[in-house]
Amino acid sequence: MTDRIEQRINSLNKRLNSEKRFRIYCIGAMSFALAWVLILFLNIFSSGYSAFYRTVIQVDVPFLNLIEDTTQFSEMSSEDINNLSMYSFSKKAIYGLFPDIEEKKDKKMLIRLFSIEFEQEIREFLKSNKSNIDETETIYLTASDDVDQVNKGNYPRDLDEDKRRIKDIQLLFFDDLVDRGLVSYEFNLPFLMRGDSREPELAGVGGSIVGSLFTILVVLILSFPIGIFAAIYLEEFAPKNRVTDFIEININNLAAVPSIVFGLLGLGIILNTFGLPRSTPLVGGIVLSLMTLPTIIIATRASLRAVPPSIREGALAVGATKMQAVMHHVVPVAMPGALTGTIIGLAQALGETAPLLLIGMVAFVVDVPQTPLDASASLPVQVYLWSESAERGYVEKTSATIMMLLGFLILMNLAAVLIRRKFETKW
Amino acid sequence: MKSIKIKADNLNVYYGEKQALFDVSMYMEEKQVTALIGPSGCGKSTFIRCLNRMNDVIDICKVQGKIEIDGNDIYAPDMQVEQLRERVGMVFQKPNPFPKSIFENVAYGPRIHGIAEHKSDLEEIVVTSLKKAALFDEVKDRLYDAGTGLSGGQQQRLCIARAISVNPDIILMDEPCSALDPIATARIEELMGDLKTEYTIIIVTHSMQQAARVSSRTGFFHLGKLVEVDKTETIFSNPSDQRTQDYITGRFG
Repeated sequence: MTDRIEQRINSLNKRLNSEKRFRIYCIGAMSFALAWVLILFLNIFSSGYSAFYRTVIQVDVPFLNLIEDTTQFSEMSSEDINNLSMYSFSKKAIYGLFPDIEEKKDKKMLIRLFSIEFEQEIREFLKSNKSNIDETETIYLTASDDVDQVNKGNYPRDLDEDKRRIKDIQLLFFDDLVDRGLVSYEFNLPFLMRGDSREPELAGVGGSIVGSLFTILVVLILSFPIGIFAAIYLEEFAPKNRVTDFIEININNLAAVPSIVFGLLGLGIILNTFGLPRSTPLVGGIVLSLMTLPTIIIATRASLRAVPPSIREGALAVGATKMQAVMHHVVPVAMPGALTGTIIGLAQALGETAPLLLIGMVAFVVDVPQTPLDASASLPVQVYLWSESAERGYVEKTSATIMMLLGFLILMNLAAVLIRRKFETKW
Repeated sequence: MKSIKIKADNLNVYYGEKQALFDVSMYMEEKQVTALIGPSGCGKSTFIRCLNRMNDVIDICKVQGKIEIDGNDIYAPDMQVEQLRERVGMVFQKPNPFPKSIFENVAYGPRIHGIAEHKSDLEEIVVTSLKKAALFDEVKDRLYDAGTGLSGGQQQRLCIARAISVNPDIILMDEPCSALDPIATARIEELMGDLKTEYTIIIVTHSMQQAARVSSRTGFFHLGKLVEVDKTETIFSNPSDQRTQDYITGRFG
């Protein structure tokens, strides 16, 4: 008798031990996955956060050299100011930082500490403060990408001079400016507002954010109603026969088609046959809608199927038509699931790159698009474009763009969770 | 003799290849309770679902034969099924209130049929229906709470209120008490006694005691055939068919 009990206890211990081991494997698997996510986030964050501030250099601009009386600026229109010749005036203002240098070569080097648009920046300052200009104004001018990177400590100063873009004399100038307290950081608002640029310090994600939003808007407008109606028809109204089986199989296949194929379709049909404008969020949205539709249809059908049939019967039994039963009782219950599916589909579309490359949304676009019919980039394509660029400034901007993309994705997924929580039917 | 409300004539029902009902012919009297008994899978639910054409929902279901309600063929091509179901209400095996408020559950039918013109009419219908279903006193303070939050027995009475809200002639009940405890069952049975003064009731049940308690006529189904239909006392005291005898004495089923 005792033998039997002992035997039982042994076997039970064995089972309990194997359960412990199993749990350790599971926790290990989860930790491994989580560690990679953490590493990814840390890596992107550590190289991307510095793109959100930028180096500016304080320059005293003697406006009295441009005009006899600075109050006259207030009477000038913006156009008048645009017509002012300010290039050599602006250069002289910068030379004023180091009045002693004579050599033309050194002067050129000094100018190159600044972003190429210094004249434009002074002009913009003048335009927005024209009624209130003193004889000399202190203006914060954007530093060039090289200076920005040196200032942020991203640039290896100890390389040989001929292997560096920034020269020794420029480093001398820079260190002197730092000692004089003229170099400072400010929040990089232009990065969030501007379009792309060949100059890293002037390049911004504003254009691609707007492009992505327009694209997602087009996807939402097209794929949400089409997806929901298709799902309702297939799930509630379609007769169950070979044709609908065939359609169902193909919708599932469509969800698995590589996204670049949709890009080819867009290129061949939407651009070449229908002649819609290339590189635009409209075309990008149409192509991504094709890709998102199966996701929405499958998610909506699943949530329609999860509605108990007794609800349909209850409605039909009091004399509701099929459509009334579906629209009044089944669809409202299924809606949170459908919305969740839609948001997940949109998030997928937001991160999609390959099809956009083929329809030309990979173009270099300086202007922030105003409508979905303007040529534009999108966030993932911007990542792709900048990751190929050689300048150091693009490295942090690439990571910062990924951060923004991830931010949008997290927001969308959060919205999906909240919608599900809030509107889920409690039985 | 009471007047005949429903008459089924040589009814055959097929699910695809499989025949579920064989030549069923019976009639049901007005403002009486007719019980249908028989072992599981004998076709009694299929039969009751033919009476308001709920089987139309099932693609592979095919109905042959004739069912007349008040002398009108309900499978006639010009019969509108929504109109039929307004006259023939149904209560299901498992309580299935809509995931909406108690008020909305009862108001839905009158609303879609345009029965109530004003909001006050609608409120009156809801209150009357809930009263007829003996539920009003229990829920009058929480008409706008979810119907799904009620207890099982209350939910089933809510479904009865929903069925009578469109003022039908006939109420079909498909094992309405199978998911309920004995006390809730007793309340529903009591309710049936009240309702039969206004409505013709057909009830499918697995409980022979229930059939004996509530019905005036009982039909016994076996393997898709209507074996016997007669006055309830006759069926339970002196059945003419051996299979009925075996079933009610508990030899099978």
